Amino acid sequence: MTTTRCLPLLPLAVCLALAGCSEAGQPRTSWGEPALAGVYSEFTLAPVERPVELGTREFFTPEEAMAYQQRVLEAADQDDETVAGTPEDVHYDMGTFSLSANEGKFSENLRTSIITFPANGRMPPLTEEAVARQQARAALRTGHEFDGPEFRSLSERCIVWTSTLAPILPGGYNSNLQIFQSPGLVVIQGEMGDPRVIPTDGKPLPGNLLPQWNGTSAGRWEGETLVVETAGFHPAAAWRNASEHMKVTEWLTRVDADTLEYRFRVEDPHTWAEPWGGTYPLTDLGGILFEYACTEGNYGMANILSGQRALERAATEAAATEAAP
Amino acid sequence: MAKVTAVGLLVGLLALPVLAAPRQDFPRTADGHPDFSGVWQSLNTAHWNLEPHAAADGGVPQLGAQFAVAPGQGVVVGGRIPYLPEALAQREANFRNRLSEDPEGKCYLGGVPRSTYMPYPFQIVQGDGTIAILYQYATGLRRLTLGGSDEAPLDSWMGWSNTRWEGETLVVEVSGFNGQTWLDRAGNYASAAARVTERYTPLSPDHLQYEATIEDPAVFSEPWTIRMPLYRLVDDGYRLLEFKCEPFAEEKLYGHLRKPAE
Repeated sequence: MTTTRCLPLLPLAVCLALAGCSEAGQPRTSWGEPALAGVYSEFTLAPVERPVELGTREFFTPEEAMAYQQRVLEAADQDDETVAGTPEDVHYDMGTFSLSANEGKFSENLRTSIITFPANGRMPPLTEEAVARQQARAALRTGHEFDGPEFRSLSERCIVWTSTLAPILPGGYNSNLQIFQSPGLVVIQGEMGDPRVIPTDGKPLPGNLLPQWNGTSAGRWEGETLVVETAGFHPAAAWRNASEHMKVTEWLTRVDADTLEYRFRVEDPHTWAEPWGGTYPLTDLGGILFEYACTEGNYGMANILSGQRALERAATEAAATEAAP
Repeated sequence: MAKVTAVGLLVGLLALPVLAAPRQDFPRTADGHPDFSGVWQSLNTAHWNLEPHAAADGGVPQLGAQFAVAPGQGVVVGGRIPYLPEALAQREANFRNRLSEDPEGKCYLGGVPRSTYMPYPFQIVQGDGTIAILYQYATGLRRLTLGGSDEAPLDSWMGWSNTRWEGETLVVEVSGFNGQTWLDRAGNYASAAARVTERYTPLSPDHLQYEATIEDPAVFSEPWTIRMPLYRLVDDGYRLLEFKCEPFAEEKLYGHLRKPAE
């Protein structure tokens, strides 16, 4: 599924600021590649999966999109009425400054979902093999969720964050990324998460890939589009239950001075019977990214484990008191 | 009178920084500056100890000679780091407690300049207007703004970097540290008030001269400088691999909070 795009001619000032333009008006790096570098927001109003009731409808009308947008942004700022000091009160207030979707930079997106294939805009079901793996993992964890750090999620352990993992999908907050570009190289760095180093010399992925949490990537230019293949994922990454055989293809194309088009395709016959994928815009953030020192500030891990140890001690003491004559 | 003026002029000229002549054999960007893009690594024992040091026990008997400290001539210009007396006592305390307290063991970011001379490679990505430095260790990353001059908006582990060119040298002014990093495994350290000025200069097609001047009146009696070559990795098809050390530090960080065996 390819789309032919005629990029609008950019104003001269923009071309000069981006170190030059090709004859057709697309901005170029100083060494002549399409200029993708910048700081972008991944936030988009389209959900990852299409609501079931919309069936195979790919697009809202502009009016429907406005109504949907209003509903999403209003809901984002609503907070549950909970009583302070109760366990129920411990929650994320997504309307808080810096978490609120109302502050997110996003582009117009009439799509009803990020996922565009399969036709229903939803992830295909898991294969039996994938379900078995999922159940085996759950069995190891059940009853041991707070025994030690290795039983917590990869993001709680500061090992993997999804905001730059291939494929890139926006998460709850700070879904921003920066693209660096130098001759023969593109680096995608998430505000939270690790840099992905993508050689753009067109060489294919090497065989015998070492397992890496972010996989290994190889890129090539096809006209204005950067095509990236990523494979060699760590078997324990299990992103959305995927196996280490998952392969991801991504396409990045500049649409205008403020927007890139991001498309992706996921294949893993060990996990899904058919490939799936989608598209959404990356929007110029109009700001900078800040350092995310995850493990350095991981008080959560220490608190989760010590809290559970405290509950266990309290339970032991209570049982001992009951048993005492 | 004329002789004194001539001498004064000569002395004045000698006091100017000597700008390296442009090398014909070093890659360049379209605007004529050296292009530092590539993978680089230091080759010394500065990560053990910036100051001159003989071979020594590493302090982990189970690892024996594997974890011994290799000797080094030191990378500090002038030999010794000019600690204030109370700060030296802190350095000595750091050294005594290094096995438990060194942030490196916790997989914490290495800070600047330590990340440069950790025994792992790093990749410089020099683009139009920004430079990224990707450190293999703990997937550290620095964003350098070419020509930036803003003060750090907040503290961080890797600091806030502004850069300018002085001839062939990329000068990087780094500030906004959080004071939680060390400078090496021997407990050398600086405070959050530290300001580091790095200088990267081509030495040959595959070598850089790296200098870092550290200024921190809370810790040192005067600014001091480290100097070392950096070596380009020229292996065929070299790729910076992941070194996500978080899982390897979990026992050290959280082992005492693990559920006791029944």
